Amino acid sequence: MTIRAALKDILAGSAFIVFGVAFAAVALTYEVGSTLEMGAGYFPLALGAILALIGVLIIGKGFIAGEGAPIGYIPWRSIILLTAAIVFFGLTVRGLGLVPALLVTLALAGFSEPRAGVVWPIAISIGLTVLSVLIFVVALQLRLPLLGTWLPL
Amino acid sequence: MDLLESLRLGFETALRPENIFFAFVGVALGTAVGVLPGIGPTATIALLLPLTFGFDEPVTSIIMLSGIYYGAQYGGSTTAILINVPGESSSAVTAIDGHEMARRGRAGAALATAAIGSFVAGTVGTLVVVLFAPPLAEVALSFGSAEYFSLVVLGLVTSIALASGSTLKALAMIVLGLLFGTVGQDLYTGTPRFTFGVFELYSGINFVSVAVGVFGIAEILRNLEDVKRRTMLVKAVKGLWLTREDLRRIVAPILRGSALGSVLGILPGGGHILASFGSYSLEKRVSRNPGEFGQGAIEGVAGPESANNAAAQTSFIPLLTLGIPAHPVMALLLGAFIIHGIAPGPNVIMEEPALFWGLIVSMFVGNLLLVVLNLPLIGIWVKMLGIPYRIMFPAIVAFACIGTFSINFNAIDVYAIAFFGLVGYFLVKLGCEPAPLLLGFILGPLLEEHLRRAMIIARGDAMVFLERPISLGLLIAAALALAIAVLPAIRKKREVVFAEDDEP
Repeated sequence: MTIRAALKDILAGSAFIVFGVAFAAVALTYEVGSTLEMGAGYFPLALGAILALIGVLIIGKGFIAGEGAPIGYIPWRSIILLTAAIVFFGLTVRGLGLVPALLVTLALAGFSEPRAGVVWPIAISIGLTVLSVLIFVVALQLRLPLLGTWLPL
Repeated sequence: MDLLESLRLGFETALRPENIFFAFVGVALGTAVGVLPGIGPTATIALLLPLTFGFDEPVTSIIMLSGIYYGAQYGGSTTAILINVPGESSSAVTAIDGHEMARRGRAGAALATAAIGSFVAGTVGTLVVVLFAPPLAEVALSFGSAEYFSLVVLGLVTSIALASGSTLKALAMIVLGLLFGTVGQDLYTGTPRFTFGVFELYSGINFVSVAVGVFGIAEILRNLEDVKRRTMLVKAVKGLWLTREDLRRIVAPILRGSALGSVLGILPGGGHILASFGSYSLEKRVSRNPGEFGQGAIEGVAGPESANNAAAQTSFIPLLTLGIPAHPVMALLLGAFIIHGIAPGPNVIMEEPALFWGLIVSMFVGNLLLVVLNLPLIGIWVKMLGIPYRIMFPAIVAFACIGTFSINFNAIDVYAIAFFGLVGYFLVKLGCEPAPLLLGFILGPLLEEHLRRAMIIARGDAMVFLERPISLGLLIAAALALAIAVLPAIRKKREVVFAEDDEP
C-alpha cells in the first residue's frame, strides 16, 4: 500500500507513460487519417495512447498490490562505461579504424567491471583486439580499415 | 511436387559440401557461444547472426543460421546441467534434474541423455514439419489481411500468456515493441516516422541491434551487478556412456516428449516453454517413483529436453508457412530471411523450393552434426565454461559492435545497441520481460500493414475481423489465452510453473 511497495510499478508505469505520450505526440504531427484510410500517424498514435493507458494501470495496480521487492543495486559505473564503450565504437570505427576503436572500446568495457584493476582491462583489451582482428578481418574477410583516415600516417 | 521429389531436392541442397560445412561451423559456433553462462540461445543467435549475412546464396546462410540455432539450444542445456544457469526459460526445466545428476557425479550421463533426446526429438520434429508444412501453406494461401492480423494478435497474446511475471507489464512491453517497429518510412505513404531527420533510420531500427541490446547488453549489466564465483562442476564430467538401465529408462520419456513438443511447438508465442514444463509434469505423473524427480531423475532430463527440441523444430512451421515467428529466435530468423530478400510465408514453398526443402533437410543434418560434434567435444565446451567473466563480457561487447556494424556499415545501428541495452536493462530491473518487446518489434510492421489493408478492403468496417470465420476463431483463441493469463486461479498455477525462472 505504500510508495515503497509500489516503487517498481510506479517507475515502470511512468516509463511506459513517457514512451507512450512521446510516440503519440510525435505521431500527431503526421497525417492521422480515418479508420477507412489510415494515415502514417494512425497506428503509432493509437498504440502510444494504449501504452500510456497501460502505464497508468500498472501504477494503479502497484498501489493496490505492489510487488514490494526492492529494486536492488544499480551498477552505475558499469552502465556508464559500457554505454560509453559501445557509443565510442560507433563514433570512431570509421575515423580511427578498427584497431584503435576496438582497443578503447574493450578497455572501457573492461573497466566497467566493478572491481577491475588497471592491468587486467588493458591486457584484455590488447588480447581481444588481436583476436577480433583475426576472426573478423583475417578469417571472415570483413572489409574494415584497421587504421582510419583520422590518423596522420 | 510430390514429397519424395521434394525431399530429394532438399537433400541435394543440404548435402552440398559448402552447406554441410557451414551447417557444421554454425553448430560449432552456436554451441561455443551458447555454453557461455548468462548468454541464452536468443542472445547467442543475435550475436552470431551478422556472421551469416556475407554469403551470396541465402540458403547457405539460412542453413548456417539454423546450425547456430541447434548449437545454441544444446549449449544452453549444457550450461543448465553443469552450472545450473539456464540461459532461457525452456532449459530451466532441464536444470532441475540435470544439475542434480551433475552434482551426483552423473554429468556425463545427463549430457548424453540431452544429446540423444535432442537428436530423436529433432528428427521427429523434422518429420512433422515435412508432413504438415506444405498442407498448412495451402491453407495459408487463402488467408487475407484480416486473418493475418488476427493471427499476429494471437501470437502476441500467447507470448504474454507464457511470459512470467506481470501480464500488464508484458502487454506494455509488446506495445512498446510495436511502437519501436513503426520507426522508419511508412509503407503506404512514404512519410518518414520518428526518424528525426536521421537518414539511416528511414529503413527502420535494425532488429539485430534491438535483440543484441535487450538480450546481450542488458544481460551483461545484470551480471555486473554481482560478479561472484559460480560453483563449477567441470571436473565431474566423465562417463558419457549410458548404462543399459539408463537407456531403458529414457526411451519412453524421449518419445512422449517428442510427441508433446511437436504439437505444442506449432503454437505461436512460445510453445517450447510450455512443452518442456508440460513434459516434466507428465513424466513425473507417469513415473513409478515420482519422488526421484528433483533428485536427479534421468527421465526429468530426457522428457523436457526432447519436448523442447521437438517444439524448437516444429516452431519452424508457422514461420515457414505463415511468416509468423513463434518466439524471439524465430523472429530473428524472420529478420534474416527478410535481409536476404525472402518474405517467409506460404509462397516460399512454391517460389524457393530449394531453400524450403534444403532448410528442412538441413535441420536433420544439423541435428546429426550436433550429436556427432558435441559428445566427443564436450571437454572443450566444458573448458569454455571456465573462461572468467571479466574476459568474456568485453569480448561479447566487442563482437556485438563489430557484428552489428558489419551488417550495414552504419554507426546508428551501434548506437541503437547501447540504447536498447539501457532500455532493456532498466525495464527488466523493474520487472518487465524483454522477449515480448522483441516479438512486438518484429511483428509490428506486419500487424500495421495487415490492419490497414484489411480496413481499406472492408471500407473501414472493423467488424470484418469478427465476420470472417478463421479470423474470428483466431481472435477467440487469443481472448482465451489472455483470459488464462489473467484469471487468478490459473495464474497461481502459472507462477508455480515458472518458479524456477527467476535465475539469470
